Amino acid sequence: MTMGTLLLLGARSDIGLATAHRFAKAGYDIQLAARNSAALEPARADLQLRYNVSVSLHDFDVLDRQSYDRFLDALPELPDLVVCAIGLMGDQIENEKDIEAASLVVRSTYEGPALILEALANRFDRRGSGKIVGISSVAGNRGRAKNYVYGSAKAGFNAYLSGLRNRMARRGIHVMTVLPGFVNTKMTHGMDLPEKLTAEPEEVADAIYEGLRRGRNVIYVRAIWRIVMTIINAIPEPIFKKMNI
Amino acid sequence: MVDFDRSSGRLVAESGVLLQDIITAFLPHGWFPAVTPGTKFVTLGGMIAADVHGKNHHVEGSFRNFIDWLDVMDAQGNVRRCNREQNTELFDWTVGGLGLTGVILRAGIRLRPVPSAWIRQTSWVLPDLDATLAAFHEAESASYSVAWIDCLRSGSDLGRSVLMLGEHALPEELSDDAARYPYEIPVKTQRSMPVTPPFSLLSSGLVKAFNAVFYWNARRKREVSFIDYDSYFYPLDTILGWNRIYGRRGFMQFQCVLPLETARDGLQAILNETSRTGAGSFLAVLKRLGPQNGAFSFPMEGYTLALDFPATARMLSLLETLDEITLAHHGRFYLAKDGRMSAEIMHQSDARAAQFRQLRQNSGAAETFQSKQSQRLVI
Repeated sequence: MTMGTLLLLGARSDIGLATAHRFAKAGYDIQLAARNSAALEPARADLQLRYNVSVSLHDFDVLDRQSYDRFLDALPELPDLVVCAIGLMGDQIENEKDIEAASLVVRSTYEGPALILEALANRFDRRGSGKIVGISSVAGNRGRAKNYVYGSAKAGFNAYLSGLRNRMARRGIHVMTVLPGFVNTKMTHGMDLPEKLTAEPEEVADAIYEGLRRGRNVIYVRAIWRIVMTIINAIPEPIFKKMNI
Repeated sequence: MVDFDRSSGRLVAESGVLLQDIITAFLPHGWFPAVTPGTKFVTLGGMIAADVHGKNHHVEGSFRNFIDWLDVMDAQGNVRRCNREQNTELFDWTVGGLGLTGVILRAGIRLRPVPSAWIRQTSWVLPDLDATLAAFHEAESASYSVAWIDCLRSGSDLGRSVLMLGEHALPEELSDDAARYPYEIPVKTQRSMPVTPPFSLLSSGLVKAFNAVFYWNARRKREVSFIDYDSYFYPLDTILGWNRIYGRRGFMQFQCVLPLETARDGLQAILNETSRTGAGSFLAVLKRLGPQNGAFSFPMEGYTLALDFPATARMLSLLETLDEITLAHHGRFYLAKDGRMSAEIMHQSDARAAQFRQLRQNSGAAETFQSKQSQRLVI
């Protein structure tokens, strides 16, 4: 018997794929959505073989807004749960100089994810059930010189998720925001990250699974990030603006 | 993992998959790795590159025997499928080739059907080396066999050991609960070494005490017990970071194989030397190996002895002595365990290494695919 169906938006993401593994292990059927999804066949077969659940592949491009309804209509069924792991960090220096690059980061990290989740939320609302998980970032809590284009897009996504949560709270639909902190993935490959602050994708996946089970609203993955962000948020702006963090 | 045929046990997988994941996925359906090393925290690609052997080598041979084909990427990025019919040279040198022929991308392997997740173990207590070797001979039809040697014994006690034989248990042999769900085992708590001590905790006195207790526990002759696969094949896996018990300096491993004709004398010399140095080897494992195929695989018919030592200067010089003894008895070394051997010793022990080197130079692999070890050993 299946536990339900998970739609994963951004199935090529390391966190996304780890999340798919976590839920498949718990007995969920999985819908993997990404661009050129046919290339994810090994990942699909792997999930199916390991956990004996049904796994399907779906082409999805978050930048192509016109395709959203077609994409959702073509799913074998409306999922019980959607996890959005889509985002693009880009290169801050490039984002400062190239307006197209910055726009791509914002559209991939904020606009696209927000709009597709909106479309799903409306369908969940008509059905009267559903869970929505947005993987956002602590980078959205306060803009920093090092990555504020990406950070501001995540800030938008954070505000979007909290608004959606507010709107859906009395309608039986739960929205959870995930703030992973540093994670050892393709996105952070080559960065020099502090070990104690850096999670593995599987930890994020476990935190998402547990967070949903407990009906949490906003989760950090490693508890230390809650402390780190409290401190960062508490620094007065006149001081913060001169810091190099 | 890409494909699995539940009627034949044929598995297609990418080389990064962990052995642990293969077991978790397929043991519930009655399939188990046909050959397994002593840890499940290894990748499929690593198992192929080291051509691993297990406690059943004397019957089943090495992992090679259960590989149907490999996809290997060369220095130019071309992917070639190789097996026993096509690209046979690539296949032969890739299995056991330490990753030096190219990147192993995918493999087709065969799992074996097992009647349960349990092993029926029989322990024989043996007083010395001759008795141990005779027991291996007597037990040559056992599916699995391995001996734990008490390395700190000398004189007439030299080679005192416990030989552990294993068979896959049938459901009807098991307790009612286990027989009802033969492929399930009790959930274990994963422990880990909380800290790395500044020095090795394994003083010779402690190891002596440990071995005495171990020996004493097994003292009843030919005792039969039922053990789940995890405790039987992977006893150290339940303690993550167990190696940290050796302290910050870490530990070194030594594993050689000696041909049948010289095994007795060679083992005696190695054990004598180890015992004389008072080097508490926590793990001293002796295993009978059967005949072996493959261009650069470690095993050969004979006996293999594996020892672990704390990494100290004294142990380093002991290992060099053990190298010489192995050479003198026409043995060779398991490169998967080596981190310090000299190129001279390795090339003297194994003429195949020069051939491998030549082949790598001809194919262009030598320029692109190197490891610290391949540089040190000049392969």
